[in-house]
Amino acid sequence: MSARDDNPTRDDAAPSPERQREQEERLLAAWKTPTGWRYWSAVNNSEVGMWYTAASCLFFLFGGILALLMRVQLAVPGNDFLTADRYNQIFTMHGSVMMFLFAVPIFEAFSIMVLPEMLGARDLPFPRLSAYGFYSFVIGGIFVCGSVFFDAAPKGGWFMYPPLTTSYQPGIGADIWLLGLSFIEVASIAAAVELIVGVLKCRPPGMRIHLIPLYSWYILVVAGMILFAFPPLIAGDILLEMERAFDWPFFDPSRGGDPVLWQHLFWIFGHPEVYIVFLPSVALMAMIVPTFARTPIVGYSWVVLAAVGTGFLSFGLWVHHMFTVGLPGVTIGLFSAASQAVAIPTGVQLFCFLATLLAGRVINSVPIMFTFAGLATFIIGGLTGVMVAVAPFDFQAHDTYFVVGHLHYVLVGGTIFPIVAGAYYYFPLITGKKLSDRLGRIAFWLLLIGFNITFLPMHWTGLTGMPRRVFTYPANAGYDLLNMVSTVGAFLLAAGFVVVVWDIVRPKGNQPYSERNPWNAGTLEWLAEMPDRPWGIRSIPIIESRYPLWDQSDFARDVDEGRFYLPDAEEGLRETLVTSVIDARPMQCLRVPGPTFLTFWSAAFTGGMFIFATYHWWWPAILSGLAALATILRWLWTGTAWIPEKDEKDVGLGVTLPIYVSGPQAVGWWAMFITMLADMTAFIALVFGYFFYWTIHEDFPPEPYPGPGALWPSCGAVLLMSAWGLTVFAKRWNRDARAGAFYAAATSAVVACLAGGAALVQGPLAAGLDPTTHVYPAIVWVLIGWTALHVALGILMLLYCMARRFAGKMTARHDADITNVTLYWHFLALTVVITVGVIVGFPLVA
Amino acid sequence: MLGGCAGEQSALDPAGRGAEQIAALFWWMLGGAVVIWCIVVGLAIYAIRIAPGPHDDRQMRLWVIGGGAVIPTLVLTVLLIYGLSMLPGLVRAAPEGSLQVDVVGLQWWWQVRYPASESVKLANEIRIPVGEPVQFNLTSADVIHSFWIPALGGKVDMVPGRETRLTLEPTRTGRFRGVCAEYCGASHALMAFDVVVMERAAFDEWLAAQQEPAKEPQGPLEVRGREVFLRRGCGACHAVRGTRADGVIGPDLTHVGGRASLGAGTLENSPDAFRKWIAHTSRTKPAVRMPDFDMIPEADMRALAAYLESLQ
Repeated sequence: MSARDDNPTRDDAAPSPERQREQEERLLAAWKTPTGWRYWSAVNNSEVGMWYTAASCLFFLFGGILALLMRVQLAVPGNDFLTADRYNQIFTMHGSVMMFLFAVPIFEAFSIMVLPEMLGARDLPFPRLSAYGFYSFVIGGIFVCGSVFFDAAPKGGWFMYPPLTTSYQPGIGADIWLLGLSFIEVASIAAAVELIVGVLKCRPPGMRIHLIPLYSWYILVVAGMILFAFPPLIAGDILLEMERAFDWPFFDPSRGGDPVLWQHLFWIFGHPEVYIVFLPSVALMAMIVPTFARTPIVGYSWVVLAAVGTGFLSFGLWVHHMFTVGLPGVTIGLFSAASQAVAIPTGVQLFCFLATLLAGRVINSVPIMFTFAGLATFIIGGLTGVMVAVAPFDFQAHDTYFVVGHLHYVLVGGTIFPIVAGAYYYFPLITGKKLSDRLGRIAFWLLLIGFNITFLPMHWTGLTGMPRRVFTYPANAGYDLLNMVSTVGAFLLAAGFVVVVWDIVRPKGNQPYSERNPWNAGTLEWLAEMPDRPWGIRSIPIIESRYPLWDQSDFARDVDEGRFYLPDAEEGLRETLVTSVIDARPMQCLRVPGPTFLTFWSAAFTGGMFIFATYHWWWPAILSGLAALATILRWLWTGTAWIPEKDEKDVGLGVTLPIYVSGPQAVGWWAMFITMLADMTAFIALVFGYFFYWTIHEDFPPEPYPGPGALWPSCGAVLLMSAWGLTVFAKRWNRDARAGAFYAAATSAVVACLAGGAALVQGPLAAGLDPTTHVYPAIVWVLIGWTALHVALGILMLLYCMARRFAGKMTARHDADITNVTLYWHFLALTVVITVGVIVGFPLVA
Repeated sequence: MLGGCAGEQSALDPAGRGAEQIAALFWWMLGGAVVIWCIVVGLAIYAIRIAPGPHDDRQMRLWVIGGGAVIPTLVLTVLLIYGLSMLPGLVRAAPEGSLQVDVVGLQWWWQVRYPASESVKLANEIRIPVGEPVQFNLTSADVIHSFWIPALGGKVDMVPGRETRLTLEPTRTGRFRGVCAEYCGASHALMAFDVVVMERAAFDEWLAAQQEPAKEPQGPLEVRGREVFLRRGCGACHAVRGTRADGVIGPDLTHVGGRASLGAGTLENSPDAFRKWIAHTSRTKPAVRMPDFDMIPEADMRALAAYLESLQ
């Protein structure tokens, strides 16, 4: 840590060729990809990222086929190609698959694959978490998609508005949606945590905050948005599923509920979601444009600020999806203005790209063509977006084909075209071979023309009166021809995708490997050899520029000869550097775990829990959940917080770094902190529910309901707060090497926890609050249930720490476990205080 | 292009004050959007193909600030002032004393009542006078629906447990079509209604006629039809005022023969359509609550259709 101030830049002399070869052999041995059937136990970001990307592309094709089925049905009025019920399943699945199984995962998948390369890291900080997320995604995705083939798919629309989805759809379709996709959302959040920690802590030395590649900036913004956008949806999913499974009346107006609460929770997620999907594609453009303009991006800090600004603003726009709900005019006006404001940071980003194109000398190629198609198309989507943001116009356009046209211009223009550009741009990085320029151009014209023929007429279709989500329409309504045109265009568009898919999967055995850095790009990921080696990067360089390949002399040579950090794997372990958040000073030599099947089993059992619960098979669900817990514990026990054989390690260039750190320096601490931010967001969404019900009811808590009382919940709070205090002391005494005091404190904390949790539950139990009678007891029970579940997790963590200490895997010096558990407990204490404050305190003042 | 905008269900062929304002807003926005798109895309083509050479860096920063921030802010401010200035007029209640129409959305039809004339219960058809504001009070009996007459103005949702309202002011007489705009289950696509805008005098006359009980059947076929109607238990769900049929689950049929369409805008109103609807209800409208009465013999069915058609 101390050695960074004198700024070594590289080793002046390369190690001897012989030594280089030895280093390479050791690195290869450490990073070797497992072979045979064990290949699937790989956890390295290159493998997991590639599988993840491929899987989300397959889901995209599935969603595309669903779209074609819809277009066939709508080609002519009164068509009976699909029944109403089938059509409704298909449009629901098209939206859900594209959003949850393609648009968000493809960004996370692709980022898992390339982020370490961009940051000169050997891997992401939690490779096994990526693998767990991938398997969860695949299992959940197949479960959700499979339902289509059994005529059991969800049919409530991707927005799942109750009460249609609570009282009027008795099948399991809605449960598949709620539980299957919640499972995937959890995996999405896990990936977001990993990516955030990756960008913050795994950058190469010298890559200060103003040198971060734009793609990584966008990842940081988008992953942060996922962290705050997905939890409200998960909270909503919990409420909706509780109503479906146990008749807790959150959205039933006859028992005090309100369907509009779901709309708020859904769109607090749903609007940022649009930017979660769109910004990563802007990020791809931000990498492609400078490469082909042969000049650094114009207005780097403008782009970063605009991206951050878009991220923030996107959380303040959700009501524009609800302009027709009948909200007060003032609300509509405010959200109308905010919705238009978001066009400004978007405009800034686009003009930065245009200025970069102007500033440089543009070399034409397939990626830049698709970038252009993306810009030209997205701008139309943006302009129609400004139109629907003007509330009066939205009164007409809302829920019509105008919006279908608008959103596809945003999502295809803003997302799909840049992704195709990215595919052509980054393909050599993944397989070492380029895609075909000729096929790329054919695909370009097919996609661009097919897309516009499909979606441009839809604006007219909508304004001449065709609502969305209709399985058919009457003849002579004024939009027969427009629909036929859209259907023809859809097949042209599909043909374009067939060409792209063929270009990707066609055998390339005879095609020579591409030269290194085929596009003459300036960013770090293009250091990769063709084909790439499993170690990620030969030695971790010191960065002095945003475009080191353009600006740093002899850069590739120095990296390849191992003149930078960690050129070797002396101990045969997988290692990468952890640096400081702002100025990227080396702080730790992080050892990351290697291949395992544990992550697969953890995901399978977690999936089992959700899938069995869908069918209300409670015992298998509980058993599967316990098995998931056991495998995850085993994974943590064997794969995290190893005590190294030595305290410090020479990582090269005269720098010696610790191997084991705990607290805010450790990536694990950051992961816990970030995860708990998401957890708290879900909790706050539930609390928002409580106060939402207060705003819509004259008397809330309502008269005849006694409430949980003050006594029991207060006792619970006191006990749980003392458990929190004891946990803090346990951490301190562990560090002081006072084993006896540590065990005593931790044990007392567990006892206080059990008593406190029981007291908390005793409150509504003693008062006889029945959650099925009214929304008030139901929301009180949900808050208590949420807290109790977290208390149970807190107990488990304390027991885990005691076991680790007992097994000698945690010591006074190596205390990452208890440090992270204490961090969890800080958030738990906050949860307890808020819960008790709301359920006990609020009725006193209301 | 304007020809393609016409239609009884088109927001671009306005026949109401709100729809006119919104259509004008749209045309202005469309014009602006086309200009902006041409400029920006032209700039991109210029940069990529026409003048792919280095440009001055400082000048570029001005482009970013001017094109990305300053101009959009100005344009959006003007648009916001224009757009929001019409908002109060669109969301406010109709003045005291205006005609009130209560509409309930149900899977998948519309119940329409005129509170001032209590006996009138219509289904899937709304008639209103031209040139005066009409306030619609909107509720739902089951799931969320959305009440939309594109030619007259914007839409407002019907949310269970809430009452929303919409004020419309037709500016010309004619027949228009309204639809449900919020996805509401299997037959969401088959939930439309007819709107007839009339001169005030004609409207009053019509409303008075609607208050009358059903006409006595004239011919023998119609008499037999009424007998079938009552014997088959249609009255459990449907009411025909003046008979003992007083069901409240399905649409009131007292004047069903005079309506423009059947099955919430699904079929033209004709004796054949009645037969198709009654015998093959679920095929005509999937998942509808009314059972198929395909067991009714052909002759009875013919009489039933004739009777219903006679209920003008």
